Formats: sequence, structure tokens, C-alpha cells
Amino acid sequence: MDAEYAIECRGITKTFGTVKANDGIDLNARFGEILALLGENGSGKTTLMNILSGIYHPDSGSVHVSGKALHINSPSDAIGLGIGMIHQHFKLVEIMSAMDNIILGAKDKLQKPSSLKRKILDLCDLYGLKIDPEKKIYQMSVSERQTVEILKVLYRNARILILDEPTAVLTPQETTGLFLILRKMKEKGCCVIIITHKLNEVLEISDRVTILRKGKSVATVLTAETNEARLAESMVGRAVNLSIKRPLVERGKPALEVKNLTSLEPDGRKSLSNLNFTLYSGEMLGVAGIAGSGQKALCETLTGLSKAHAGEIAYEGVNCMGKSAAEISKLGVRLAFVPEDRLGMGLVGSMGIADNMLLKTYKSGKGAFINRKPAIRQAERIIESLDIQTPGVDAPIRMLSGGNIQKVLLGREIESRPKVLIVAYPVRGLDINTSYAIYDLLNEQKRNKTAIIFCGEDIDVLLEISDRIMVLSDGRITGIESAASLTKEDVGLMMAGMDFRDKVQA
Amino acid sequence: MKCSQSLKYTDAQQSQQAAVSIMDIKASERKEPLIRIVKRNELSRTQVLALRLSSAVMAVAAGGLFILMLGFNPFMIYASIVSGAFRSSVALQATIKIMIPLLISSLGVSLAFKMKFWNIGAEGQIIAGAIFASYFALYHGLWPRQALIPAMLAAGIVGGGIWGLIPAIFKNKFNTNETLFTLMLNYIALNLIVFLRDGPWADPESGGFPKIARFVPNVQLPKLFGVQIGWIFALALAVFLHVYMKRSKHGYEISVVGESASTAEYAGMNVRWIVLRTMFLSGGICGAAGMIQAAGSDYTLAQSVAGGVGFTAIIVAWLADLSPLGIFIVSFLFSVLSKGCSVMQSTYGISTYSSNVLQGVILFFVLGCEFFIRHRFALRAPEGEAH
Repeated sequence: MDAEYAIECRGITKTFGTVKANDGIDLNARFGEILALLGENGSGKTTLMNILSGIYHPDSGSVHVSGKALHINSPSDAIGLGIGMIHQHFKLVEIMSAMDNIILGAKDKLQKPSSLKRKILDLCDLYGLKIDPEKKIYQMSVSERQTVEILKVLYRNARILILDEPTAVLTPQETTGLFLILRKMKEKGCCVIIITHKLNEVLEISDRVTILRKGKSVATVLTAETNEARLAESMVGRAVNLSIKRPLVERGKPALEVKNLTSLEPDGRKSLSNLNFTLYSGEMLGVAGIAGSGQKALCETLTGLSKAHAGEIAYEGVNCMGKSAAEISKLGVRLAFVPEDRLGMGLVGSMGIADNMLLKTYKSGKGAFINRKPAIRQAERIIESLDIQTPGVDAPIRMLSGGNIQKVLLGREIESRPKVLIVAYPVRGLDINTSYAIYDLLNEQKRNKTAIIFCGEDIDVLLEISDRIMVLSDGRITGIESAASLTKEDVGLMMAGMDFRDKVQA
Repeated sequence: MKCSQSLKYTDAQQSQQAAVSIMDIKASERKEPLIRIVKRNELSRTQVLALRLSSAVMAVAAGGLFILMLGFNPFMIYASIVSGAFRSSVALQATIKIMIPLLISSLGVSLAFKMKFWNIGAEGQIIAGAIFASYFALYHGLWPRQALIPAMLAAGIVGGGIWGLIPAIFKNKFNTNETLFTLMLNYIALNLIVFLRDGPWADPESGGFPKIARFVPNVQLPKLFGVQIGWIFALALAVFLHVYMKRSKHGYEISVVGESASTAEYAGMNVRWIVLRTMFLSGGICGAAGMIQAAGSDYTLAQSVAGGVGFTAIIVAWLADLSPLGIFIVSFLFSVLSKGCSVMQSTYGISTYSSNVLQGVILFFVLGCEFFIRHRFALRAPEGEAH
């Protein structure tokens, strides 16, 4: 085990203002090894990665590549050192082919397309990747795009690959495929670092795990010698209960009926195609799907933020088709929406909690002026009941932590005592603790007979918390089933576009 | 387990050598850059104030250096700037006369900026307001004053408002870039004056000299304490806008739209309508400035009616952080600088260009300070200390 480290960080510290994003992080990985970097959001994973790829400079500490202390000044330095980064958000030119994207920016001689294609296919053979080099990016699925990203760094001779949350956008089946490729890379002697916050994936793929907490590297353990509970404990700092409750509530009257709902993108493509479903009060309907399968369009057409093209939307029998958000609320429909983009859509970052409460109520008072007093009282109530950490009702909320921001948003929406509550990715970016507080809040609403639509990305969570699961694929519903009767693999198949009923028949 | 691992490592070591050979190309001599820019954490109010004060001191010092280079005594020059603006009641009145259109149009653009609508067109809106108001001045100059002056003010507001509304309509309909649009409208307005001056509104008694007739005394705005009454309008406007932005529903809507249009839509606001309404108001206020400048100070419609005030207003609005009280203070300081520099020029025979350089140097520091409120420079750590 005394092989030289492929990459080693010693005491990396990076401060942003008063926040220590990285605080003396030690990390090392060898060639022929898969290291998982595990940590909650805000634990410093991304900062560390940006330091390794030359985007940030560490305030102190050093990076050693193959035993040599080096300064990495730019992403091109990093790739020159054999460090390849596969970002969570792909950086590809949509209109170009896979091949063109792969050589884009590589500093080598112009070569014939045929020889380049052969080179790429050789690389693919070597690592078990599958790709059509001449296919255009915009025609590719998410996992194909990811393959192009991986080929991009392999083509540049990267031997150290760092993948940032590579599974976040993949179906369970695609994830399995990716892991096969990573294992192949390991066999070929690459050093693979995979950044993630999913415990089961860490256990499945890695040889060792380095755990970050609040900017510090708290532990490095052999994967074979640990388990989910112990990983969670070192990630959070204390023992956590990882089970999510699903309270049984008797299904009430239909709260929302959707018939033949179709909506169009500005370019004429269908973002939702012929949706039919009924949501009952006291029910939690989980919506699963690969990112961009129509979740956003669904939320926004249901809430009147974007216009549906055809179909029917009725809240407790009140037809809301073609109505704007303001008109829906005027009709007396108690509808609340927690959008995915909290500061960009649900809240105003530069305003305090009180002024953010006004967003929903400022119109109600008479005259041209605003009465802030009720909003201040409401803000104080929410701070108290949801335990929000803030310097005061007027402190700009963008200064608060992500969890507190989400509590402000959810708190305001719950205050309107909604009959239907639509939440999009409510725990994205939140730590485990706050996530569970949010789940509890949603369950409490369900007990109050609220009908809830929960768009989520973590299938495990959706399966545990929802009563029924609705799966979207490319704007279509590929199945609505009771969550208890489904496995993760079933959901994965439906996410990939296979109709669940087909599978049952087969 | 150990066995299998050592097997893997022989494979790994080979590939590792390949990797090292690639790395040899890059010399490890590379150092990180000597200076780099680092984002600051949010400063407290007192820290920001201290930073602003120190930048002001540095501005004066750097300006002083420039004056020394010209061969003058900086203290005397600065003294002449201050005394030039305040030395007599006449001087003070002249300073305030400069301040009136600047204050009004800064208040006007601040409304649009609060909504993050980049209204660079105050210059054109001032001119449009002046043109509309001048119609009444030239053709209905003998109306009773109680009717004429309100009519001119209303015409000025409508004129500027239309000039502000045009880019807003196009932005709503076609998502055009309002920065370019408002900027281009400035030149249209400016050349509209030239057209009127040389054509329909040419002064028949000027003897061929291209100008528009002087307004009859009935049109000229009355004076209060030696300054045209525009200053009362400006002050009242500042107070009104303070209340409008802080307390009214409209003001709240403008802030929300400015922060994020999708948040505004989410809250059920009619974003397009708010944009139209606010741009009419923003342009209309600038138009009022044009009317006041033409009827209160120039007593005619001249090509120089805006004279760059619309651009200075942008700087004033941002320096004041878009707050009406701040705009009042900053536009006063700008007017002092402007008036003082003109006195300095005539007293010491300094050229207009040198005076402009001096104003530029001072502004450079004051504006540069805004950068340091959010960022700072970090030096490379000395070798051996951090690494």
C-alpha cells in the first residue's frame, strides 16, 4: 500500500469572506482506486474540486500530483497534469457532434475525421464506453452526454478523473452502466474520485471514502469496513435516523382533476403531452422523472404561471384552465406552490422575511399603500413555529442558510392553509437534518387533509414518503402506481420511458 | 484481498509512468499569480462608510497631484472650487440651478434602475419633455399662467413618458435590449430639436441664425429666493418618491420585478404592465426635468437642454444607491463640483479640459470604491509560508 499517491491534498484551506469553505482538508487517491468524496451540501466538496481543477487558489495547503507539489493555475493546467473533471452540468456545444466536442480546445494537430473517429472508438473499446462519434449533442440523452464528457477528458490523456455528482441526472439503470465504466477505468489504472452525497452509491462503487463535514475532512475509511449508518453519522456529526414516515391518511375528495393536459414549449415541442390524473385531499403524490421530463412545465401550468395548450385543470370542481396565477387565487382556490428556484422565483433575496410574506398578501389591503404590520406578525409567527435562524424580520433572506430560506418559503405557503400544495425539489441543497424537518412539515400538511404534489429527484425518498408515484418521461405519464407496490428498478424503467403496464403484461 | 490489490497495482504503476511522462511537459516552476481578486464578505454599514470616506480622501489627494502637475497650488485650487460654489448667494443660486435638472432626472432614472430596466435614455426623455412643453410655450404663450404652466408640466411629463414607454413596449413585445434602445432614442430626440430649430419652429426674427425663439416672459417660470421654482418641484418629488418606493404597492412591485421577474409573476403581478407604468413614470419625471430646464433656466428650446445631465444622472443614481435622499445629497455634491470647477477655470485660467480631467480623477476614485466594497486584492503568499 505504499504506492505513490496519484493526487494528494495537504491541509487545503480556502476562505470566502468569513466562511471557511475548506479548512485544512487532507485527501489522497492512488492510481487504480476509486475514492468517494462524501459530504452534505455546503461541506466544501465543490470548492475542493474547483481548487483541483485550477479555478480557485487555496489560501494555504498544497496539491501534490504524483508526489510533486504543484500550483494549478487554470483548468488547462489541470488537464495538462492529467486531471480531468466531469462537471455536474455538462459543458458541451449542443449543435456539434460528439467528435467535435471531444477535440474542441484540445491543442493538437488537425486530423482527418476518419482517424479521429477511430481514435475515439479505440478509447471507447478500452473503457467499455458506447457512443456514436458523429451524433449531435442535442440528439443525445443525458447519459450519452455524460459519456461524451468522460471521453473528452480521456482523450486528453487524463489519468485522474473527478466526477461531480455524476448520478444525479441518471436513472438507476444508467447509474449501473456508469459504475461499470468506472470500474473498467480503475482496472486500467486510472484514479477515479467520485463526489456524491448518496450513501448507497458510495458503498457500491468506491474502495475508500473521504468524508467532509463543514469544510473539514473528518475521516477516511475503507468502504469494506463501513456501512450506511456509520457513513451518515460521520457526515452529519451525530447518529441520524434515516427512515421517512408515511402517515396513513384516509383519501378524501378529489382536490385536483387533470384531463388531457398538453402544454407547449416556446419552440412548439410538447413539454406535457396528454396528462390525465386525479389528486385526492390527504394524499401525497410523488412525481419522479429524469430532470427535464416535464416536471417544471407540470408545476407551472397547474399554478397558472404558464399557459396550457389544451386539456382541463379543475381544483375541487372549479375550472382553472387558462387562468393566470392571480385569477386562480381570485376564484377562491387555495393553491400553494413551492418552486424549485427558491430565490429566483419563490422569494426575493434582498428583502427581509416580512417583506417576503407580503409577496402573497400585499394586494389585499385597501388603497395605494402597504400595511406591513400583519406581514411582520406573520413573519414572527413563522420564525417561531419553524425555528428559523435569522437576525430579524428585516434581514435580507439571501444571507440565511439554504435550509432557513426553504423554511421561509414553505412557511409562507403553508400559512395560506392550502387545499393543494405543490412542492418542487423541496430538499435540494439542504442538509440531512433540515430535509427531515421538511418531510415532517409536508406530512403534517397531509394529515390536515391537504393534497400534495411532491416533485423529487431522490427515488428512494419518493418511494418512502409518497402514497402514489407518478412517473414522467418526455412529458408523458409512464405510470401512476401505489408507492408501496413499486421498486426502485420499476421507477427507473418508467423514467427511461417504458410504460409500466407494458412491463406488467410482458 | 491484499494479493488482489498488489496485482492491480502493477498494472497501475505502468499507467502511472505514462501519466508522469505527460506531466513532465509542464514545468513545476509555475507560480500562482502575484495578485488576484477575491470576493469580500458583506461589509457592515460603518465599514462601507469608512471605505467611501477614504476613497473620497484619496480622490482629493490624486486630484491634488494632478493640479501640482499643472503647476498650481492644490489647496488654493480646491479652495476656489468650494468658494466658487458657495462664496455668494448668487454663486449658491447658480449651483442650485445646476442641481435642479440633475436631481429630477436622477430620481427619474432611479425608478427604472430599481426595476433593473437599464434606462440610459434620460437624455432623450429630458429633450422629449422639453419639446412637448415648448409647443405650449411657443404657440400658447399667452394663456393665463395658472393654466399654462401646469399644461407645460403635463406636456413635459407626457413627452418624456412616451420616450420612456417606447423601449418598454418593444421590450415587452420583442424582448429588445433596452440599453441600446434607450441610448439610440437619445439621438433621435436630439436631432428632432435640430429639425424643429431649422424648420417648423425656426425663429423668424433671428436673421438666419439657427435658433428657436426665446420664450415670452409669461412662460418663464417664476423665481423663489432667487432661484426658479423648479427646486420646489424637485424637493417635493424626492419626498414623494421616497414614500412611493418605501410604502406604496407600486413601489413594492417595482422592487420585486427588479429582483426577479419570475418571482413577480409567481406572486401574481402583471409584470408587463408594471414595466410600462414604471417606464412611463421614469421617462415622465425626466421629461419634467426638461420642461423645467427649458422654461426655468434656458427660456428657450436649445439643443443643449439636456447637456449630458441625463448621463450624469445615471452616475448620481447609482452612487446614491438609488435612494432618494442619497440622490439629493450626491446631486448637490455634483453640482458643487461642476459650478466650482467653472469658477476655478475662470479664476486661474485653467482649461476646460484640465477641469474635466480633475472631475474625472475624482469620479474615478469614488466609483472605484464601489469595486472594493465587494472585492479585494489578495497577494500571493510568500514562498515557504503557505506551501
